[in-house]
Amino acid sequence: MIEQLRDFLSYDFVRSALIAGSLAAVLGAVVGYFVVIRKVGFAAHALAHVGFTGATGAALFGMSPLNGMLIISLLAGAMMGIFGNRLHRSEIAIGMVLSVCLGVGTLFLTLYNGFAGQASAILFGNIFGVSWQQIIQIAWLSAGSLGVLCIFTRKLLFASVQPDLAEARGVSLSMLSIVFMIILAISVTLASQVVGILLVFTLIIGPAGIAARLFRGFWSGTFASVVIALAAVWSGILLACATNWPPSFWITSILFALYILVEIFCRFVLRTER
Amino acid sequence: MTAALSITNAGVRLGGNEILRAVNAEVQPGEFIGIFGPNGAGKSTLIRCILGLTPLVSGRISVFGVPAGRANQMIGYMPQSRANLEGTALSARSMVAAVAAGDGWGVPWPRRALREEVDRVIELAGVDHYADRPFAVLSGGERQRVGLAQALLGKPQLLLLDEPLASLDPRNQMRLIERVTEIKKTTGATILFTAHDVNPLIGVMDRVLYIAGGEAAIGSLDEVITSQALTNLYKTEIHVIRVEGNIFIIAAEGGVIESARHD
Repeated sequence: MIEQLRDFLSYDFVRSALIAGSLAAVLGAVVGYFVVIRKVGFAAHALAHVGFTGATGAALFGMSPLNGMLIISLLAGAMMGIFGNRLHRSEIAIGMVLSVCLGVGTLFLTLYNGFAGQASAILFGNIFGVSWQQIIQIAWLSAGSLGVLCIFTRKLLFASVQPDLAEARGVSLSMLSIVFMIILAISVTLASQVVGILLVFTLIIGPAGIAARLFRGFWSGTFASVVIALAAVWSGILLACATNWPPSFWITSILFALYILVEIFCRFVLRTER
Repeated sequence: MTAALSITNAGVRLGGNEILRAVNAEVQPGEFIGIFGPNGAGKSTLIRCILGLTPLVSGRISVFGVPAGRANQMIGYMPQSRANLEGTALSARSMVAAVAAGDGWGVPWPRRALREEVDRVIELAGVDHYADRPFAVLSGGERQRVGLAQALLGKPQLLLLDEPLASLDPRNQMRLIERVTEIKKTTGATILFTAHDVNPLIGVMDRVLYIAGGEAAIGSLDEVITSQALTNLYKTEIHVIRVEGNIFIIAAEGGVIESARHD
Protein backbone atom coordinates (compact mmCIF):
# COMPACT_ATOMS: atom_id res chain seq x y z
CA MET A 1 0.00 0.00 0.00
CA ILE A 2 2.83 2.37 0.90
CA GLU A 3 4.37 1.39 -2.41
CA GLN A 4 1.18 2.35 -4.23
CA LEU A 5 0.95 5.65 -2.35
CA ARG A 6 4.50 6.52 -3.33
CA ASP A 7 3.62 5.68 -6.89
CA PHE A 8 0.64 8.10 -6.87
CA LEU A 9 2.70 10.86 -5.31
CA SER A 10 5.33 10.59 -8.04
CA TYR A 11 2.83 12.12 -10.45
CA ASP A 12 2.89 15.88 -10.78
CA PHE A 13 -0.87 16.19 -11.23
CA VAL A 14 -1.54 14.23 -8.04
CA ARG A 15 0.78 16.46 -6.03
CA SER A 16 -0.80 19.58 -7.57
CA ALA A 17 -4.25 18.26 -6.76
CA LEU A 18 -3.26 17.63 -3.14
CA ILE A 19 -1.81 21.12 -2.73
CA ALA A 20 -4.71 22.94 -4.38
CA GLY A 21 -7.20 20.72 -2.56
CA SER A 22 -5.58 21.41 0.81
CA LEU A 23 -5.60 25.18 0.28
CA ALA A 24 -9.27 25.23 -0.69
CA ALA A 25 -10.12 22.81 2.12
CA VAL A 26 -8.48 24.89 4.87
CA LEU A 27 -10.13 28.12 3.75
CA GLY A 28 -13.49 26.41 3.24
CA ALA A 29 -13.32 24.75 6.66
CA VAL A 30 -12.63 27.99 8.53
CA VAL A 31 -15.11 30.10 6.57
CA GLY A 32 -17.61 27.21 6.77
CA TYR A 33 -17.55 27.34 10.56
CA PHE A 34 -18.89 30.89 10.39
CA VAL A 35 -21.36 29.91 7.68
CA VAL A 36 -22.74 27.30 10.09
CA ILE A 37 -23.07 29.58 13.12
CA ARG A 38 -24.36 32.48 11.02
CA LYS A 39 -26.79 30.12 9.27
CA VAL A 40 -25.99 31.39 5.77
CA GLY A 41 -25.53 28.00 4.13
CA PHE A 42 -27.97 29.00 1.46
CA ALA A 43 -25.76 31.95 0.50
CA ALA A 44 -22.83 29.59 -0.11
CA HIS A 45 -25.02 27.55 -2.41
CA ALA A 46 -26.30 30.64 -4.20
CA LEU A 47 -22.82 32.07 -4.75
CA ALA A 48 -21.72 28.85 -6.42
CA HIS A 49 -24.69 28.94 -8.79
CA VAL A 50 -24.05 32.54 -9.70
CA GLY A 51 -20.41 31.63 -10.23
CA PHE A 52 -21.40 29.19 -12.96
CA THR A 53 -22.25 32.11 -15.24
CA GLY A 54 -18.86 33.62 -14.54
CA ALA A 55 -17.02 30.38 -15.15
CA THR A 56 -18.71 29.68 -18.49
CA GLY A 57 -18.80 33.32 -19.57
CA ALA A 58 -15.07 33.70 -18.88
CA ALA A 59 -14.20 31.67 -22.00
CA LEU A 60 -16.07 34.18 -24.18
CA PHE A 61 -13.85 36.94 -22.88
CA GLY A 62 -10.67 34.89 -22.98
CA MET A 63 -10.43 34.59 -19.22
CA SER A 64 -9.82 31.47 -17.15
CA PRO A 65 -12.96 29.97 -15.58
CA LEU A 66 -11.43 30.60 -12.15
CA ASN A 67 -11.12 34.33 -12.80
CA GLY A 68 -14.55 34.56 -14.37
CA MET A 69 -16.18 32.83 -11.46
CA LEU A 70 -14.21 34.88 -8.97
CA ILE A 71 -15.34 38.19 -10.45
CA ILE A 72 -19.02 37.25 -10.67
CA SER A 73 -19.26 35.64 -7.25
CA LEU A 74 -17.40 38.55 -5.62
CA LEU A 75 -19.95 40.93 -7.10
CA ALA A 76 -22.81 38.70 -6.00
CA GLY A 77 -21.25 38.28 -2.55
CA ALA A 78 -20.91 42.03 -2.08
CA MET A 79 -24.53 42.52 -3.15
CA MET A 80 -25.72 39.86 -0.72
CA GLY A 81 -23.69 41.50 2.02
CA ILE A 82 -25.20 44.91 1.29
CA PHE A 83 -28.79 43.66 1.19
CA GLY A 84 -28.08 41.30 4.08
CA ASN A 85 -31.15 40.60 6.15
CA ARG A 86 -33.61 41.57 3.49
CA LEU A 87 -32.49 38.53 1.46
CA HIS A 88 -33.85 36.10 4.01
CA ARG A 89 -37.32 37.35 3.27
CA SER A 90 -37.12 37.14 -0.52
CA GLU A 91 -36.80 33.46 -1.35
CA ILE A 92 -38.57 33.86 -4.65
CA ALA A 93 -36.32 36.70 -5.82
CA ILE A 94 -33.23 34.66 -4.96
CA GLY A 95 -34.59 31.59 -6.71
CA MET A 96 -35.31 33.61 -9.86
CA VAL A 97 -31.85 35.22 -9.87
CA LEU A 98 -30.16 31.86 -9.38
CA SER A 99 -32.02 30.15 -12.16
CA VAL A 100 -31.41 32.98 -14.62
CA CYS A 101 -27.71 32.77 -13.76
CA LEU A 102 -27.63 29.07 -14.62
CA GLY A 103 -29.64 29.80 -17.76
CA VAL A 104 -27.23 32.48 -18.95
CA GLY A 105 -24.39 30.10 -18.07
CA THR A 106 -25.80 27.44 -20.41
CA LEU A 107 -26.13 30.08 -23.15
CA PHE A 108 -22.45 30.91 -22.75
CA LEU A 109 -21.61 27.22 -23.02
CA THR A 110 -23.46 26.97 -26.32
CA LEU A 111 -22.04 30.19 -27.73
CA TYR A 112 -18.52 29.07 -27.12
CA ASN A 113 -18.20 26.02 -29.32
CA GLY A 114 -15.97 23.27 -28.10
CA PHE A 115 -16.25 24.48 -24.58
CA ALA A 116 -18.95 21.96 -23.69
CA GLY A 117 -16.37 19.48 -22.45
CA GLN A 118 -15.45 22.03 -19.82
CA ALA A 119 -18.99 22.09 -18.47
CA SER A 120 -18.66 18.95 -16.42
CA ALA A 121 -15.30 20.16 -15.11
CA ILE A 122 -16.96 23.35 -13.88
CA LEU A 123 -20.00 21.60 -12.49
CA PHE A 124 -18.32 18.63 -10.85
CA GLY A 125 -14.74 19.74 -10.39
CA ASN A 126 -11.47 18.91 -12.08
CA ILE A 127 -8.90 18.91 -9.35
CA PHE A 128 -6.43 16.85 -11.39
CA GLY A 129 -6.40 19.55 -14.01
CA VAL A 130 -5.04 22.46 -11.93
CA SER A 131 -1.89 24.12 -13.21
CA TRP A 132 0.94 25.50 -11.12
CA GLN A 133 -0.10 28.96 -12.12
CA GLN A 134 -3.58 28.29 -10.68
CA ILE A 135 -2.09 26.86 -7.51
CA ILE A 136 -0.14 30.05 -6.93
CA GLN A 137 -3.31 32.08 -7.48
CA ILE A 138 -5.27 29.80 -5.12
CA ALA A 139 -2.52 30.14 -2.49
CA TRP A 140 -2.62 33.94 -2.63
CA LEU A 141 -6.39 34.04 -2.49
CA SER A 142 -6.62 31.67 0.49
CA ALA A 143 -3.85 33.43 2.38
CA GLY A 144 -5.45 36.81 1.75
CA SER A 145 -8.92 35.65 2.75
CA LEU A 146 -7.68 33.92 5.90
CA GLY A 147 -5.68 37.03 6.80
CA VAL A 148 -8.70 39.30 6.49
CA LEU A 149 -10.84 36.78 8.36
CA CYS A 150 -8.32 36.77 11.22
CA ILE A 151 -8.57 40.54 11.54
CA PHE A 152 -12.35 40.36 11.85
CA THR A 153 -12.70 37.10 13.82
CA ARG A 154 -13.63 38.58 17.21
CA LYS A 155 -16.24 40.95 15.85
CA LEU A 156 -17.60 38.35 13.44
CA LEU A 157 -18.01 35.78 16.20
CA PHE A 158 -19.75 38.34 18.43
CA ALA A 159 -22.08 39.44 15.64
CA SER A 160 -22.87 35.83 14.71
CA VAL A 161 -23.68 34.75 18.25
CA GLN A 162 -25.63 37.82 19.47
CA PRO A 163 -26.22 40.35 16.65
CA ASP A 164 -28.44 42.79 18.57
CA LEU A 165 -26.02 43.05 21.45
CA ALA A 166 -23.10 43.44 19.02
CA GLU A 167 -24.88 46.33 17.33
CA ALA A 168 -25.49 47.99 20.70
CA ARG A 169 -21.80 47.63 21.53
CA GLY A 170 -20.91 49.54 18.37
CA VAL A 171 -20.09 46.66 16.02
CA SER A 172 -21.14 47.49 12.47
CA LEU A 173 -23.26 44.54 11.36
CA SER A 174 -23.55 45.66 7.74
CA MET A 175 -19.80 46.15 7.35
CA LEU A 176 -19.14 42.69 8.81
CA SER A 177 -21.77 41.14 6.60
CA ILE A 178 -20.18 42.59 3.45
CA VAL A 179 -16.66 41.54 4.44
CA PHE A 180 -17.85 38.06 5.29
CA MET A 181 -19.79 37.58 2.06
CA ILE A 182 -16.75 38.64 0.03
CA ILE A 183 -14.58 36.10 1.84
CA LEU A 184 -17.30 33.49 1.37
CA ALA A 185 -17.39 34.27 -2.37
CA ILE A 186 -13.65 33.63 -2.59
CA SER A 187 -13.80 30.38 -0.65
CA VAL A 188 -16.77 29.13 -2.67
CA THR A 189 -14.85 29.83 -5.87
CA LEU A 190 -11.78 28.00 -4.61
CA ALA A 191 -13.81 25.06 -3.28
CA SER A 192 -15.49 24.76 -6.68
CA GLN A 193 -12.06 24.19 -8.20
CA VAL A 194 -11.86 21.02 -6.13
CA VAL A 195 -15.37 19.56 -6.11
CA GLY A 196 -17.14 21.67 -8.72
CA ILE A 197 -19.90 24.24 -8.47
CA LEU A 198 -22.69 21.78 -7.76
CA LEU A 199 -20.85 20.14 -4.87
CA VAL A 200 -19.37 23.24 -3.21
CA PHE A 201 -21.84 22.87 -0.40
CA THR A 202 -20.09 19.71 0.85
CA LEU A 203 -16.71 21.29 1.22
CA ILE A 204 -17.94 24.53 2.83
CA ILE A 205 -20.70 23.17 5.06
CA GLY A 206 -19.68 19.53 5.51
CA PRO A 207 -16.54 19.70 7.65
CA ALA A 208 -17.69 22.77 9.58
CA GLY A 209 -21.15 21.35 10.19
CA ILE A 210 -19.74 18.10 11.52
CA ALA A 211 -17.19 19.90 13.70
CA ALA A 212 -19.71 22.40 15.07
CA ARG A 213 -22.00 19.52 16.01
CA LEU A 214 -19.31 17.94 18.16
CA PHE A 215 -17.12 20.66 19.63
CA ARG A 216 -18.19 23.15 22.27
CA GLY A 217 -15.58 25.81 21.76
CA PHE A 218 -14.78 28.10 18.87
CA TRP A 219 -11.13 27.05 18.63
CA SER A 220 -11.76 23.32 18.94
CA GLY A 221 -14.59 23.58 16.40
CA THR A 222 -12.55 25.46 13.82
CA PHE A 223 -9.53 23.21 14.30
CA ALA A 224 -11.64 20.06 13.94
CA SER A 225 -13.30 21.52 10.85
CA VAL A 226 -9.89 22.02 9.21
CA VAL A 227 -8.74 18.50 10.15
CA ILE A 228 -11.94 16.93 8.78
CA ALA A 229 -11.73 18.94 5.54
CA LEU A 230 -8.08 18.01 4.95
CA ALA A 231 -8.70 14.34 5.74
CA ALA A 232 -11.66 14.21 3.35
CA VAL A 233 -9.87 15.97 0.51
CA TRP A 234 -6.64 13.95 0.84
CA SER A 235 -8.33 10.59 1.12
CA GLY A 236 -10.75 11.55 -1.66
CA ILE A 237 -7.93 12.41 -4.05
CA LEU A 238 -5.91 9.28 -3.19
CA LEU A 239 -8.95 7.00 -3.42
CA ALA A 240 -9.68 8.55 -6.81
CA CYS A 241 -6.16 7.59 -7.91
CA ALA A 242 -6.66 4.05 -6.68
CA THR A 243 -10.11 3.52 -8.17
CA ASN A 244 -10.24 5.87 -11.15
CA TRP A 245 -13.54 7.17 -9.80
CA PRO A 246 -13.88 10.96 -9.59
CA PRO A 247 -12.43 12.67 -6.49
CA SER A 248 -15.66 14.67 -6.12
CA PHE A 249 -17.52 11.43 -5.58
CA TRP A 250 -15.11 10.27 -2.90
CA ILE A 251 -14.94 13.60 -1.07
CA THR A 252 -18.71 14.02 -0.91
CA SER A 253 -19.20 10.37 0.10
CA ILE A 254 -16.61 10.49 2.86
CA LEU A 255 -18.12 13.65 4.30
CA PHE A 256 -21.62 12.25 4.01
CA ALA A 257 -20.64 9.04 5.82
CA LEU A 258 -18.95 11.07 8.54
CA TYR A 259 -22.00 13.29 8.86
CA ILE A 260 -24.30 10.29 9.31
CA LEU A 261 -21.99 8.78 11.93
CA VAL A 262 -21.84 12.04 13.86
CA GLU A 263 -25.62 12.50 13.68
CA ILE A 264 -26.14 9.00 15.08
CA PHE A 265 -23.52 9.62 17.75
CA CYS A 266 -25.11 12.92 18.78
CA ARG A 267 -28.66 11.61 18.85
CA PHE A 268 -28.16 8.29 20.54
CA VAL A 269 -24.94 8.55 22.51
CA LEU A 270 -24.60 12.20 23.53
CA ARG A 271 -28.36 12.80 23.37
CA THR A 272 -27.78 16.43 22.51
CA GLU A 273 -31.08 16.54 20.70
CA ARG A 274 -33.97 17.87 22.69
CA MET B 1 -26.38 63.10 42.19
CA THR B 2 -26.47 62.41 38.45
CA ALA B 3 -29.50 60.44 37.37
CA ALA B 4 -28.77 56.98 35.98
CA LEU B 5 -31.15 57.76 33.17
CA SER B 6 -32.82 60.97 32.24
CA ILE B 7 -35.39 61.10 29.44
CA THR B 8 -36.67 64.55 28.53
CA ASN B 9 -39.48 65.08 26.04
CA ALA B 10 -38.30 62.14 23.96
CA GLY B 11 -40.12 61.61 20.68
CA VAL B 12 -39.54 58.80 18.16
CA ARG B 13 -40.89 58.20 14.68
CA LEU B 14 -40.38 54.93 12.82
CA GLY B 15 -41.30 54.68 9.16
CA GLY B 16 -43.48 57.80 9.39
CA ASN B 17 -45.39 56.56 12.44
CA GLU B 18 -45.13 58.37 15.70
CA ILE B 19 -44.13 55.74 18.26
CA LEU B 20 -43.33 57.91 21.26
CA ARG B 21 -44.01 61.56 21.88
CA ALA B 22 -42.86 63.60 24.80
CA VAL B 23 -41.76 60.80 27.10
CA ASN B 24 -40.32 62.04 30.36
CA ALA B 25 -38.67 59.92 33.01
CA GLU B 26 -35.83 60.16 35.47
CA VAL B 27 -34.30 57.07 37.02
CA GLN B 28 -31.99 57.21 40.05
CA PRO B 29 -28.91 54.97 40.36
CA GLY B 30 -29.73 51.59 41.86
CA GLU B 31 -33.43 51.67 41.00
CA PHE B 32 -35.28 48.67 39.59
CA ILE B 33 -37.77 49.97 37.03
CA GLY B 34 -40.41 47.77 35.45
CA ILE B 35 -41.42 48.95 31.97
CA PHE B 36 -44.89 47.91 30.83
CA GLY B 37 -47.34 48.65 28.09
CA PRO B 38 -49.31 46.87 25.37
CA ASN B 39 -47.68 45.22 22.35
CA GLY B 40 -46.15 47.78 20.01
CA ALA B 41 -46.38 50.56 22.59
CA GLY B 42 -42.68 51.30 22.18
CA LYS B 43 -41.02 49.50 25.08
CA SER B 44 -38.30 48.00 22.91
CA THR B 45 -38.04 51.22 20.94
CA LEU B 46 -37.35 53.14 24.12
CA ILE B 47 -34.63 50.61 25.00
CA ARG B 48 -33.09 51.05 21.54
CA CYS B 49 -33.14 54.82 22.01
CA ILE B 50 -31.28 54.52 25.30
CA LEU B 51 -28.70 52.36 23.49
CA GLY B 52 -28.36 55.02 20.80
CA LEU B 53 -29.56 52.62 18.08
CA THR B 54 -32.76 54.50 17.24
CA PRO B 55 -32.49 58.29 16.94
CA LEU B 56 -34.91 60.64 18.64
CA VAL B 57 -36.81 63.18 16.59
CA SER B 58 -37.19 65.41 19.62
CA GLY B 59 -36.02 65.67 23.21
CA ARG B 60 -33.01 63.96 24.65
CA ILE B 61 -31.86 60.98 26.66
CA SER B 62 -28.79 60.91 28.87
CA VAL B 63 -27.23 58.00 30.69
CA PHE B 64 -25.29 58.98 33.82
CA GLY B 65 -25.10 62.50 32.44
CA VAL B 66 -23.79 61.42 29.02
CA PRO B 67 -26.01 61.77 25.92
CA ALA B 68 -27.27 58.40 24.70
CA GLY B 69 -24.98 56.95 22.05
CA ARG B 70 -23.72 53.69 20.67
CA ALA B 71 -21.17 51.50 22.39
CA ASN B 72 -21.84 52.95 25.82
CA GLN B 73 -19.74 50.83 28.17
CA MET B 74 -21.92 51.77 31.13
CA ILE B 75 -24.90 49.91 29.66
CA GLY B 76 -25.48 46.17 29.72
CA TYR B 77 -28.14 44.94 27.30
CA MET B 78 -30.13 41.76 27.01
CA PRO B 79 -31.91 41.88 23.64
CA GLN B 80 -35.33 40.42 23.04
CA SER B 81 -34.08 38.33 20.13
CA ARG B 82 -32.82 34.96 21.24
CA ALA B 83 -29.64 33.37 19.96
CA ASN B 84 -30.37 30.34 17.82
CA LEU B 85 -27.59 27.81 17.51
CA GLU B 86 -29.59 24.66 16.78
CA GLY B 87 -27.39 21.93 15.42
CA THR B 88 -24.20 23.20 16.99
CA ALA B 89 -22.53 22.15 20.20
CA LEU B 90 -21.19 25.62 21.02
CA SER B 91 -21.31 25.86 24.81
CA ALA B 92 -22.91 28.57 26.92
CA ARG B 93 -19.43 29.55 28.09
CA SER B 94 -18.24 29.96 24.48
CA MET B 95 -21.24 32.18 23.79
CA VAL B 96 -20.38 34.43 26.71
CA ALA B 97 -16.67 34.41 25.75
CA ALA B 98 -17.55 35.39 22.16
CA VAL B 99 -19.31 38.48 23.50
CA ALA B 100 -16.53 39.25 25.99
CA ALA B 101 -13.92 39.19 23.23
CA GLY B 102 -16.18 40.76 20.63
CA ASP B 103 -15.14 44.37 21.06
CA GLY B 104 -11.68 44.09 19.58
CA TRP B 105 -9.91 43.24 16.35
CA GLY B 106 -8.01 40.06 15.59
CA VAL B 107 -8.40 36.53 16.79
CA PRO B 108 -10.00 35.70 20.18
CA TRP B 109 -7.03 34.33 22.14
CA PRO B 110 -8.29 33.02 25.47
CA ARG B 111 -6.49 35.60 27.62
CA ARG B 112 -6.58 35.21 31.39
CA ALA B 113 -8.31 38.50 32.17
CA LEU B 114 -10.99 37.60 29.68
CA ARG B 115 -11.48 34.12 31.13
CA GLU B 116 -11.82 35.58 34.61
CA GLU B 117 -14.40 38.08 33.43
CA VAL B 118 -16.35 35.28 31.74
CA ASP B 119 -16.20 33.19 34.93
CA ARG B 120 -17.39 36.16 36.97
CA VAL B 121 -20.52 36.84 34.92
CA ILE B 122 -21.29 33.14 34.59
CA GLU B 123 -21.36 32.84 38.36
CA LEU B 124 -23.26 36.09 38.80
CA ALA B 125 -25.96 35.04 36.34
CA GLY B 126 -26.17 31.56 37.86
CA VAL B 127 -25.06 29.82 34.68
CA ASP B 128 -22.19 27.92 36.33
CA HIS B 129 -23.99 24.55 36.56
CA TYR B 130 -24.47 24.25 32.83
CA ALA B 131 -21.89 26.66 31.39
CA ASP B 132 -20.11 23.89 29.53
CA ARG B 133 -23.18 22.25 28.03
CA PRO B 134 -24.19 23.05 24.45
CA PHE B 135 -26.33 26.19 24.32
CA ALA B 136 -28.72 24.47 21.91
CA VAL B 137 -29.81 21.87 24.49
CA LEU B 138 -30.49 24.35 27.31
CA SER B 139 -34.03 25.14 28.42
CA GLY B 140 -35.62 28.52 27.82
CA GLY B 141 -34.89 29.70 31.36
CA GLU B 142 -31.28 28.56 31.16
CA ARG B 143 -30.80 30.34 27.83
CA GLN B 144 -32.20 33.55 29.30
CA ARG B 145 -29.61 33.44 32.05
CA VAL B 146 -26.86 33.04 29.45
CA GLY B 147 -28.19 36.26 27.90
CA LEU B 148 -28.12 37.82 31.33
CA ALA B 149 -24.48 36.76 31.76
CA GLN B 150 -23.62 38.38 28.41
CA ALA B 151 -25.32 41.59 29.50
CA LEU B 152 -23.25 41.66 32.70
CA LEU B 153 -19.88 41.68 30.90
CA GLY B 154 -17.83 44.79 31.53
CA LYS B 155 -19.60 45.62 34.82
CA PRO B 156 -22.34 47.86 33.43
CA GLN B 157 -24.02 50.42 35.71
CA LEU B 158 -27.29 50.28 33.83
CA LEU B 159 -28.89 46.99 32.80
CA LEU B 160 -31.49 47.04 30.03
CA LEU B 161 -33.40 43.76 30.02
CA ASP B 162 -35.82 43.54 27.09
CA GLU B 163 -38.66 41.07 27.78
CA PRO B 164 -36.55 38.55 29.68
CA LEU B 165 -39.68 36.74 30.88
CA ALA B 166 -41.08 36.12 27.41
CA SER B 167 -41.87 32.43 26.80
CA LEU B 168 -40.88 31.33 30.29
CA ASP B 169 -43.21 29.36 32.55
CA PRO B 170 -44.16 31.00 35.89
CA ARG B 171 -41.55 29.03 37.87
CA ASN B 172 -38.73 30.04 35.55
CA GLN B 173 -40.03 33.61 35.53
CA MET B 174 -39.71 33.72 39.32
CA ARG B 175 -36.22 32.23 39.22
CA LEU B 176 -35.04 34.76 36.66
CA ILE B 177 -36.50 37.64 38.65
CA GLU B 178 -34.81 36.37 41.82
CA ARG B 179 -31.53 36.24 39.95
CA VAL B 180 -31.94 39.79 38.67
CA THR B 181 -32.73 41.07 42.18
CA GLU B 182 -29.63 39.34 43.48
CA ILE B 183 -27.54 40.95 40.74
CA LYS B 184 -29.00 44.31 41.67
CA LYS B 185 -28.00 43.71 45.27
CA THR B 186 -24.42 42.57 44.57
CA THR B 187 -23.56 45.01 41.76
CA GLY B 188 -25.72 48.00 42.68
CA ALA B 189 -26.66 48.34 39.01
CA THR B 190 -29.73 50.26 37.89
CA ILE B 191 -32.19 47.93 36.18
CA LEU B 192 -34.74 48.57 33.45
CA PHE B 193 -36.89 45.51 32.93
CA THR B 194 -39.55 45.38 30.22
CA ALA B 195 -42.39 42.92 30.60
CA HIS B 196 -45.94 42.23 29.48
CA ASP B 197 -47.33 41.48 32.85
CA VAL B 198 -47.03 43.59 35.98
CA ASN B 199 -47.68 40.77 38.43
CA PRO B 200 -44.42 38.80 38.50
CA LEU B 201 -42.55 42.01 39.31
CA ILE B 202 -44.78 43.27 42.14
CA GLY B 203 -42.70 43.67 45.28
CA VAL B 204 -39.45 43.50 43.32
CA MET B 205 -39.43 46.70 41.32
CA ASP B 206 -39.02 50.11 42.89
CA ARG B 207 -41.06 52.02 40.34
CA VAL B 208 -43.11 51.49 37.20
CA LEU B 209 -42.79 53.08 33.76
CA TYR B 210 -45.97 52.53 31.80
CA ILE B 211 -46.01 53.30 28.09
CA ALA B 212 -49.24 53.63 26.09
CA GLY B 213 -50.49 55.85 23.32
CA GLY B 214 -47.03 57.30 22.72
CA GLU B 215 -46.78 58.65 26.24
CA ALA B 216 -45.41 57.35 29.48
CA ALA B 217 -46.15 57.59 33.17
CA ILE B 218 -43.54 56.88 35.81
CA GLY B 219 -44.07 56.41 39.51
CA SER B 220 -44.76 53.85 42.17
CA LEU B 221 -47.00 50.90 41.38
CA ASP B 222 -49.85 52.48 43.33
CA GLU B 223 -49.50 55.78 41.50
CA VAL B 224 -49.24 54.46 37.95
CA ILE B 225 -51.27 51.26 37.85
CA THR B 226 -54.58 52.86 38.75
CA SER B 227 -57.76 53.14 36.73
CA GLN B 228 -57.39 56.93 36.60
CA ALA B 229 -53.71 57.07 35.54
CA LEU B 230 -54.07 54.39 32.87
CA THR B 231 -57.29 55.91 31.54
CA ASN B 232 -55.39 59.15 31.02
CA LEU B 233 -52.60 57.29 29.23
CA TYR B 234 -54.75 55.07 26.99
CA LYS B 235 -57.30 57.84 26.40
CA THR B 236 -60.02 55.25 26.87
CA GLU B 237 -61.65 53.94 29.99
CA ILE B 238 -59.46 51.42 31.80
CA HIS B 239 -60.21 49.45 34.95
CA VAL B 240 -57.49 48.22 37.22
CA ILE B 241 -58.73 45.34 39.30
CA ARG B 242 -56.81 43.88 42.21
CA VAL B 243 -57.56 40.34 43.28
CA GLU B 244 -55.55 38.69 46.07
CA GLY B 245 -52.44 40.73 45.29
CA ASN B 246 -52.72 40.20 41.52
CA ILE B 247 -53.45 43.07 39.17
CA PHE B 248 -55.72 42.87 36.12
CA ILE B 249 -55.87 45.70 33.63
CA ILE B 250 -59.05 45.71 31.61
CA ALA B 251 -60.39 48.06 28.96
CA ALA B 252 -63.96 49.09 29.68
CA GLU B 253 -64.88 48.31 26.08
CA GLY B 254 -63.89 44.73 26.66
CA GLY B 255 -60.70 42.75 26.51
CA VAL B 256 -58.10 42.07 29.14
CA ILE B 257 -55.03 44.21 28.49
CA GLU B 258 -52.96 42.52 31.11
CA SER B 259 -53.61 39.73 33.50
CA ALA B 260 -51.63 37.63 35.86
CA ARG B 261 -52.17 34.47 33.88
CA HIS B 262 -51.04 34.85 30.34
CA ASP B 263 -51.07 31.65 28.38
